[in-house]
Parts: sequence; C-alpha cells; structure tokens
Amino acid sequence: MTDSPWEYAPAPESRDIANLKPSYRMFVDGAFVDGGGEPLKSINPATEELLTEVSSAAESDVDDAVRAARRAFEHTWSTMPGRERAKYLFRIARLIQERARELAVLESLDNGKPINESRDADIPTAAAHFFHHAGWADKLGYAGYGPDPRPLGVAAQVIPWNFPLLMLAWKIAPALACGNTVVLKPAETTPLTALVFAEICQQAGLPPGVVNILPGAGDVGAALVAHPGVDKVAFTGSTEVGKQIQRSVAGSGKKLTLELGGKAANIVFDDAPLDQAVEGIVNGIFFNQGHVCCAGSRLLVQESIADELLEKLRVRVRTLRVGDPLDKNTDVGAINSAEQLTKITELAASGDAEGAQRWTSPCPLPGRGFFFSPTVFSDVQQSMRIAREEIFGPVLSVLTFRTPAEAIAKANNTPYGLSAGIWTEKGSRILWAAQRLRAGVVWANTFNRFDPTAPFGGYQESGFGREGGRAGLEAYLDV
Amino acid sequence: MSDDRTPERLAVAKTYKLYIGGAFPRSESGRVYPVHAADGTFLANAAHASRKDVRDAVAAARKAFGGWSGATAYNRGQVLFRIAEMLEGRRDQFAAEIAAAEGLSRKQGRSTVDASVDRMVWYAGWTDKISMVLGAANPVAGPYFSFSVPEPTGVVGVLAPPESALLGLISVVAPVIAAGNTCVVVASADRPLPAVTFAEVLATSDLPGGVVNVLTGRAAELGPWLAAHADVNALDPTGAPGPLRAELAQAAADTVKRVLPVRDEPDWTREPDLQRLRAFTEIKTVWHPVGT
Repeated sequence: MTDSPWEYAPAPESRDIANLKPSYRMFVDGAFVDGGGEPLKSINPATEELLTEVSSAAESDVDDAVRAARRAFEHTWSTMPGRERAKYLFRIARLIQERARELAVLESLDNGKPINESRDADIPTAAAHFFHHAGWADKLGYAGYGPDPRPLGVAAQVIPWNFPLLMLAWKIAPALACGNTVVLKPAETTPLTALVFAEICQQAGLPPGVVNILPGAGDVGAALVAHPGVDKVAFTGSTEVGKQIQRSVAGSGKKLTLELGGKAANIVFDDAPLDQAVEGIVNGIFFNQGHVCCAGSRLLVQESIADELLEKLRVRVRTLRVGDPLDKNTDVGAINSAEQLTKITELAASGDAEGAQRWTSPCPLPGRGFFFSPTVFSDVQQSMRIAREEIFGPVLSVLTFRTPAEAIAKANNTPYGLSAGIWTEKGSRILWAAQRLRAGVVWANTFNRFDPTAPFGGYQESGFGREGGRAGLEAYLDV
Repeated sequence: MSDDRTPERLAVAKTYKLYIGGAFPRSESGRVYPVHAADGTFLANAAHASRKDVRDAVAAARKAFGGWSGATAYNRGQVLFRIAEMLEGRRDQFAAEIAAAEGLSRKQGRSTVDASVDRMVWYAGWTDKISMVLGAANPVAGPYFSFSVPEPTGVVGVLAPPESALLGLISVVAPVIAAGNTCVVVASADRPLPAVTFAEVLATSDLPGGVVNVLTGRAAELGPWLAAHADVNALDPTGAPGPLRAELAQAAADTVKRVLPVRDEPDWTREPDLQRLRAFTEIKTVWHPVGT
C-alpha cells in the first residue's frame, strides 16, 4: 500500500525452481503419452502468459486408462500385501517432501495462489496425507470395518482447481492404501502438479496402471465417471456438477462420494476475543483468494459488537497485500481464471443491486492478470444471493444476530452444510453451538484447519462421504 | 381374523390406517386397496397412501427430528427396548398376521417374530455405542483438540422390503431410528398389515409421534415423491424393485440425498452389521485450539 509506513521490498521466489517444461503429457499405464484430445493451454493467472501446453484425453484415452487401472488392480495392487503398499506410499510421501519447493512454485504458477500458502500449507499437507495413509495400508483390519475389508476396484477421481496437489493427495492416498487403483482427472486449468506427481510415481517405482492421470475438461470427467469399468467415483467440486455425477452413476452400483460447495457461517458471539476473531475471519474468507469450499463466507456477528468488529476487520483487511503469487509477501494471489473472475464480479454486483453495503480494500492491484480486491458486504439479508450462493472468491457477507438461537437458525438456513466457525470465550457455548450446527466440520476459535487424521466432508448439499481419518477409509472399501 | 373355535361369533374386523405424526389417519385421498393372504383370502382393505400423505408424513418426521435426535442416547435406547417389549407382548398377534401374510406356519411365524424382537433389542443396544465406535479423537499435528462424532442425517425415506413383512421392516427401521433419525416408511404393498400393527406397537411404546411414520401403498407411486422431497435427507430404497431403485437414486441427486447402496434384498435372517447405522449418520469434526 502506498500510504503505508511499512514498505515491503519484493521477495520473489525464483520460478526456475518449478522446472517448467514446454509441454506436458498425460500419464497412463506407467508412461507419459499423448492424449487424443485438443491440448490444453495452461496459463499463469497472475500474468495471463502461456505457461505450457498439456495434452488432454479423448474418450478412447479414458478407456485405455481404465483398462490399465483394471489390469493393475487385478494383477498387482490388490493382491500385494498391505505392508508392501505401505512402503510405496511412504516412498511417495518422501518424494513429495524432497520435491516440495519445486511443487510449491509450480502450483503457484499454475493456480495463482500465494507461494507462502502452497509452500506452507498445500504441499506439506499433501505429503502428510500420504504418510498417514501409508500407515493404514497394512492395518485395514483395525479400521473398524471388519477383519478383512476389501478394496472396491478402479476409482475414478475428479478434482478441482483450488488445491490441485492437495486434492490429489486426499483422493489418491486413501484409494491406494485400501488397495484400489485410480484414474484421476485434474482440473482443466491446473493439471501441472498432478503430472509432476506422475513422475513421482515413476520415481517411487509404482507398478504401471496403479495411478493414471488424464488431463482434460468436464467432458473427460463425465466420460470417466460414467465408464462401466469404474467401481468407485470420487468427486470434489461444485454442487451443480456433483448432482450431475450423482445422476449419472445412479443405479450403476458404483460407490460414490461427493465433496461439494459450501456457504459456511462464521459466528462471532459478543464475548469473543475480537482481534483473534478478526484473524480467523480473514483466514476463513481470504485464504487461497476465497477459493475454498469450506470458506467462512457468511460472517454472523452478534449485533452488540457488529460495528466494533467490522471496523477492526476493515483495518485488518486493508493490510492484505494482493499481487504476485510468487512474492513471499503476498497474502492474496490471483483468481484462478478469467471465467472465475467474471463469476465473482457478477455475484458481487448482485450484492450491490440487492442493497448490501460494499466495502472494498483500497489495496493496489497488478495491471495484468486476474485479481479481485478483498471485499466485505455489510447489511446483508438472508434472502440475498450473496448470502445464499457460493461466491468462491474473496468476498465476505456480513449478517447480524441477537441471540445464540438466532445465530444457529441463520447459520443452518442454507442447503449447504460443509463447515462452520464459532468464536466465543465460553466453552459451554462452543459445545452447544457445535452440536446444533448442521455442518461436517466445526472450527471453534480457529478456522480452515486440516489434518489427514481429521475427517472432512459435508452435510446436505455439500455432499456425502468423508476424507481423512478412519471415517475416510469407508469411501474406498467394500463395506 | 376369525377364530375357528367360535364359529357363531362374528369377528370385529379391523380397519387398517396410516400412521403419521403419532396418529392413525386414513389416506387423505380416501383410497384403499384390498389385501389378501398368501392363500388368496381377503384380509382387509389397506389405506392407499397418496403424495399428500407423503408430504404430511415428511412434515411430521421433520417436526419430530429435533426432539428425537436431541434426546440422550440412553433415552433412545430405552425407547427402542420398550418397542421390543411391546412386540414381545403381542407375539401371537404378529405370528398370526405374518403367517397369513407370508403363507407360513404358526411356528414359522412365531420364530420370525422372535427374530424381529431380537433385532430390535440388538439395535436398542447400539444407540449409546454408535458415537464410541464410529467417533474418534483425531491426533492432529498441532495444538488443537479435534474430535469427530457421528450425528443422525435427518429425515430418512424408507421403502420396506416387499417379502419380509415384519422382520424386514424392523431391520430397515430400527437402525434408522437407533442412529437418531426420523423416518417415513412405505410398508410392503402386498403384506402391509403387520406394518400397521407394528405402528400400533410404536404408538404405545414411548416413541415420540412422528419419529416413525408408516404409509401403506405402492412403492412405485410413493418412492419418487420421497426421493425428490427436499426435506428428506436420505433414502433407503431396499424395498424398490431394481429399475425403480435406479430411478429413485437419480431423483435423489437433485438434493444430494444419501442413498443406501442396495444390490439385492438382503437375507434378513442373517446377523446385521453396522452398514445401516453408518449409512444414515454424518460424521461431524470439531476443532478447538489448545493453549494457556
């Protein structure tokens, strides 16, 4: 910020560490091959420059990949003792750690997220998921699903662009631990770290066909989940696409888990430590540019402290630095795509039109690339689109309440139910509220915490099934 | 049911009705359909529930959900055990009804009732163990206390199995309510009478009205309304024929309903496992920082 007494010198991370190649190919049956689809052009959302070309899959490639996964499932992976599978997963986890800096830079280039987040959150947590599940591979009999739970077979996995490598880890680690093989489709705009992960699979000596990566757009995902050779479908993404997938697998006998959208309520009671709450609110909605399905996008503040909290919040949000994702000082990076920027802009405009009060951080934005200033809407009513629809961007909607019961009623007034936050010094109130909130994850006096041992997943239209912990194994076992 | 020993006495025929919100209304549509014994004798006219009855039943189930899911596990266990007690007390009546419906001998009928009672007792004992067995304290890497608890999914639409009029019915209803859900059950169309009598057991066993609602009618007619209803959170399509199951699963997608995966109708005499308890349970994970 120009009027700040604290000027930061740029602290850019070198993009050379990403080892960016002029082109990337899909990964099928242990080899990198050209796909039959139109190549994807991967661009850097922070600069709009072309990063690289990625071959994409055609329907015949889906067929090949599923067949390779089936062969690997039947002949090597499901018949291998769990202790051997465990060692492969340990190897993969270590290789992710070894190449962590490379993966972090590549992720930030491809996705637009700040390097401090890809470096300190995404990549370490991805490695942690492989470590955690490595330990399960030879202990499945102790997971509470009977003494000898069986794998399902070939898992079709479709993941979003907001946490490309982390979502891959959430999907692939439990699938492999339980003895399944996978065909994974990364998001159209963020396929690169998945293809470096394929190299890691090669370096780990993973048998061919156990992991297959098919870059492509929604049509490839649709063909993959509908493929008759698939036994299990796992999807993370929008509720709209999740519903289509649920329809397409209906009656097929495929096991399905969905991690969909959210409109989380972050509830601040009048006895909350306000400075701490402000940090949690900022983390809840501006982490990863708000491209988080469990983002705390609805702030519910007790009326008596609303003015004070909002003032503190605006002061804090003004200090967020929006800009180059590779700069280590950047707090908020680039919006992932032009399309997403348009969606955010359009939904924010509906907030103006419906009478909410918009406040936008006066931070400077880069001249090029897709950026959106951190934005806070106050005077929001429950009926407004910005209170009901997932914006998936750095836009916070603020509502107020008077009593704890009203807070719960407003928090639960949504078809979603992924996450929620509670801020209060009163322990009994935390447990009271946590019991009543219809959400899969409840953060009390914190927000956006993830761990491979803690199950994550939604209620209602935020999807079904859990990822992480013992509960997460069910998705990949025939039980 | 006529009694052979007193042929000169005319039996009081029973009118079988629906069970919604703890009351026994007729179908709002005024429709009934004839129910016959396995040997073809006319037994009764059962209420032929309509779409409106489905909606009323869902509303009753939703209304009952807060109280039932909020009751202590101990209390829910007591109520389920009480259901078993009331079933036990009506063994002979059920044995006769099942024998007629399923074409079994009295002895076979009685052993089916015994199995039904035992199943209810089995699930009664689970109410206060679900959290212990399915929940977890999560050893996260950081200064947080994180724990996961299973919670009931909400209102469950249940299509009861067509063949097993009582044991099948109890095998699908007991896990749903043991986990703290409320439900709307469509009874077996051809063998609905034990289900209505079971509703009488529920009505006299401390189960709050609306926790279980029993509709008699056609699964093919009522199932799609349950599957599409936005206030139904989950669906057990066990009693639907294969093609209808797929259709229901498709309709359920519009509201991202949980649909119990069903391949074939299970063998109800087999020991149950946790699958049906898990299927209608959500895992909620709560995080709290730890520090001084």
